[in-house]
Amino acid sequence: MNAFASGQLDLAPRRRGRRSSIGTWRWSDRIVLLGAWAAGLTLCAIAGAIVLYMGVRGIQYLHPSLLVSSPEAALDQSHSGGILDPILGTALLSLIGILIATPLAVCSAVWIAEYGRPRWLGRIMESSIEVIAGTPDIVIAIFGLALFQTQLLAGFSFVSTVGGAGASGGGVFGRSFLAAGSMMSLIAIPPIFAATREGLQALPTHMREAAYALGKTRIATIRRVLLPGVRSNIATGATLGISRIIGDTAIVVLLLGASLRIEPAGSTPGLDVLRGTGSTLTSFVYDNSPAGEGNAPQKAYAAAFLLMLLVLALNATVNLIARAHERRTGQS
Amino acid sequence: MRAGPITHEPPHLAALADPAPSTDPHVPPVRRIVVDREPTPVRPPEDRQTIREARTAGPERLRVESLTVTFPTRTAVKSVSLSIHQGEVLALIGPSGCGKTSLLRTLNRLTELTPGARRGGRVLLDGEDTDEMQDTDLRARVAMVFQQPNPFPMSIFDNVAFALREQSRKRPRKSELEPLVTDALRRAGLYEEVREELDRPALRLSGGQQQRLCIARAIAPRPEVLLMDEPCSALDPISTGVVEELIHELRRDLAIVIVTHNLAQARRVADKVAFMYLGDLVEHGTTEQIFEDPRATRTRDYVRGAFG
Amino acid sequence: MRRLAPDTRGLRSGVAGGLRRRRAPWSDRRAARALGGVSLLIALGIIAMIVFVVRGAWPMISHQGLSWLGSGGDVDRQLENMLGTSGNPPSSAYYFRAWPLIYGTLLTTGFAVLLGLPLAILSSIFIVEFAPPSLRRVTIPVVRLLAAIPSVVYGLIGVLVLVPYVGNHLITAAERTWMQNRVELTGAGLAPAAVILTVMITPIMVALICEALITVPRAWREGAIALGLNPLRATLAVTLRAARPAIAAAVVLATARALGEAVMLSMVSGSRSFTPSLADGRTFLFEPLRTVAAAIIESAEGVGAPALYAAIYSLALLLLFSALALSVAGYLVKLPLRKYQVRA
Repeated sequence: MNAFASGQLDLAPRRRGRRSSIGTWRWSDRIVLLGAWAAGLTLCAIAGAIVLYMGVRGIQYLHPSLLVSSPEAALDQSHSGGILDPILGTALLSLIGILIATPLAVCSAVWIAEYGRPRWLGRIMESSIEVIAGTPDIVIAIFGLALFQTQLLAGFSFVSTVGGAGASGGGVFGRSFLAAGSMMSLIAIPPIFAATREGLQALPTHMREAAYALGKTRIATIRRVLLPGVRSNIATGATLGISRIIGDTAIVVLLLGASLRIEPAGSTPGLDVLRGTGSTLTSFVYDNSPAGEGNAPQKAYAAAFLLMLLVLALNATVNLIARAHERRTGQS
Repeated sequence: MRAGPITHEPPHLAALADPAPSTDPHVPPVRRIVVDREPTPVRPPEDRQTIREARTAGPERLRVESLTVTFPTRTAVKSVSLSIHQGEVLALIGPSGCGKTSLLRTLNRLTELTPGARRGGRVLLDGEDTDEMQDTDLRARVAMVFQQPNPFPMSIFDNVAFALREQSRKRPRKSELEPLVTDALRRAGLYEEVREELDRPALRLSGGQQQRLCIARAIAPRPEVLLMDEPCSALDPISTGVVEELIHELRRDLAIVIVTHNLAQARRVADKVAFMYLGDLVEHGTTEQIFEDPRATRTRDYVRGAFG
Repeated sequence: MRRLAPDTRGLRSGVAGGLRRRRAPWSDRRAARALGGVSLLIALGIIAMIVFVVRGAWPMISHQGLSWLGSGGDVDRQLENMLGTSGNPPSSAYYFRAWPLIYGTLLTTGFAVLLGLPLAILSSIFIVEFAPPSLRRVTIPVVRLLAAIPSVVYGLIGVLVLVPYVGNHLITAAERTWMQNRVELTGAGLAPAAVILTVMITPIMVALICEALITVPRAWREGAIALGLNPLRATLAVTLRAARPAIAAAVVLATARALGEAVMLSMVSGSRSFTPSLADGRTFLFEPLRTVAAAIIESAEGVGAPALYAAIYSLALLLLFSALALSVAGYLVKLPLRKYQVRA
């Protein structure tokens, strides 16, 4: 924001110079001026319209009771059941995704920022993360589907007999919270990696040099000196990652099935939920909209409103973390 | 720290080193390292004097009347009055923070870019109040060269032609621009070095060449006044010498105002010198007078190097 | 808490012994190897992804070669037919001509980028150049907000607001009857899809371009102003020009995002693999279409059927391939522009 400040023509002197009044600009410049204002205001207007519309609909349809009752399989969806299970599903997926993604991303970022040999591995790893960041989430979901159908991992997924597609015996393998969660971790890795690496690169070298001069090994320096310094970066990256996980629909639809409620599979407590299916806020909205099978736009609005609130809250959290970090360390 | 001549000298520097053995055993000898290249011929002071006297100062181009410039945190320039003539080089000297750069930037109304800047007094260009002009017109007539060379990320040709293209009504063709660009490059002393490669990226040039390119870019539209903000401070000594030669050539057609930290440079280059201290114009006169017979004590202290 | 064992060995016990009893700290080499291993894991994961997708698509390629990229017949019906396959289907069961899907993807992505890029550049200039500070404080969070809204919410608003509006107010009854033999015009189609996709990808480009405009050295802009340009022209002629690599990168990123968008498009584009043609005049904008990504997400239910599985995976392979190609294109596009910059 600081860089913005100095480009202004702000002058209130005792003698006022004639500023370059727009009347003397060329026509092409004036059109650009008009276009720029129009573009900026259009974006604001669109955002305002979306927020207002979702707000109105959300308040209309989101009753607190919905938040605590589970969805019910009833013909008239508009009056029955709540959205508790989708909320839990969203929370569970985010948890799994972040728990897997954060260690992976932080370790990789630390390795690339502090070690980085052999070089070819570094380049491959950076390209891989770029590939992940650029891959559409639907392709990642497809990958997950194939991955969890292999012998090795099929035990972790749910055999779905719902919505069977005429498959030979069994049903559809490859769907479970664990499957969806692990693929979600893939889309959360790039933001955490980028944030952590940036944070590490921003740390002044004298921090490291001081620690080495005191005789600490590199890994000890990383653990004791550097990682605490990038705590807020990791937090920012993780929050961004959660925000992406919460908003993702394709992976959920492909890897979590379409059951209304959380349906555990098997009998081990805990593991059964992981192996089971359920829904999230995103898949709930998708299914209840005219594009899915549902005919309950009211529920869809309610869930969508909640979704937006969550995403906005997460983005605001990112800002708060960044500002607190700024205040504490004087860096921006 | 041991006394006595230093014995471990690389062979090629040994010939150039000038150990001045001191008589005091506790003081190590001073070694001057001389750059092993051809030094630029610098005109000895006497020649400079005669040339200056032979030239008559041209018409007055810029007049500054009681100029005051204030920023939110400080007053940079306090009621300064000056006169700048064509054919003359005016050097603004003074310690850091004395307001010479602010004064220079006010001459082409560049201070307006800083929020919170206020100005009092008048600046007249050829008798016209610069406040009454369009700032874009003013800057077409009063050009500026900055401390850090800042050629645009374009080819050499496009850099020099930049102002020419922007200031003309219709898009001029390359054939129309070529003679003007060539002329500007010649006057800036760069043409011979780049004549084959006008389409090369400007950023590939060396620092000294970049600064000469910026000068060519500034003088291409034939301004009346050229403002130079410490143009040589980022350059090596050879390039500095070349630019100083340039300034000698250019002042025939322009009025030049140069801000410099380097007193020796001011002495070499300037006809008139204005010494500023903390926003005040302490003394203003010819180079000889300021350096050899300054009237104010502060001026005397500064040019003798008592503070800087 | 460790109990200090009673000592019988004199100096070797107590504090010195305690220190030796502590776990040896990780050596740097172990740590480097461990961390490097994690990084390798990620790289391997990507290779696994490519391998798995190719493996899934292999039956389609082996039965149909590359002709499944061409056109021929109704894609929707082809996909439906594949639903019923099981076991080891014959070659004929794999009949698939996905061109209408590819065409739909190209149409929506093309529109979105063509509309979005000028919008993004002008908005960035607005934010960096013209906006008064109060408006700037509003516009930047607005851009972030638009980028953060989940695609399913965009899709919901599209299908519940835009599509009915187009269907009821923009499509005339005459057009409907004229098209009724070929396809039903419901309002879901190219227009709402392209508009919403534009809104979705513009914030991405605005963020990148703004950052680039700010990072360009101010000395250049100041030099341009000192040469007599007004601030807007200075920004256009110098700063924007210097930001060209960033603009190219923004376009690549936005295109990748548009290509991969499945959820919103499946809600809003009509899900009929019809090929809208310009020859239809104004109706072109209202004709339904289907994109590759949307087709995948819509067919995902039937993934147990082998032929459908192979079809879905071949479409995914197509998307993966395009994403990789775009990354390479992004890198290549920046190269010649670097010639004139200090950095890009």
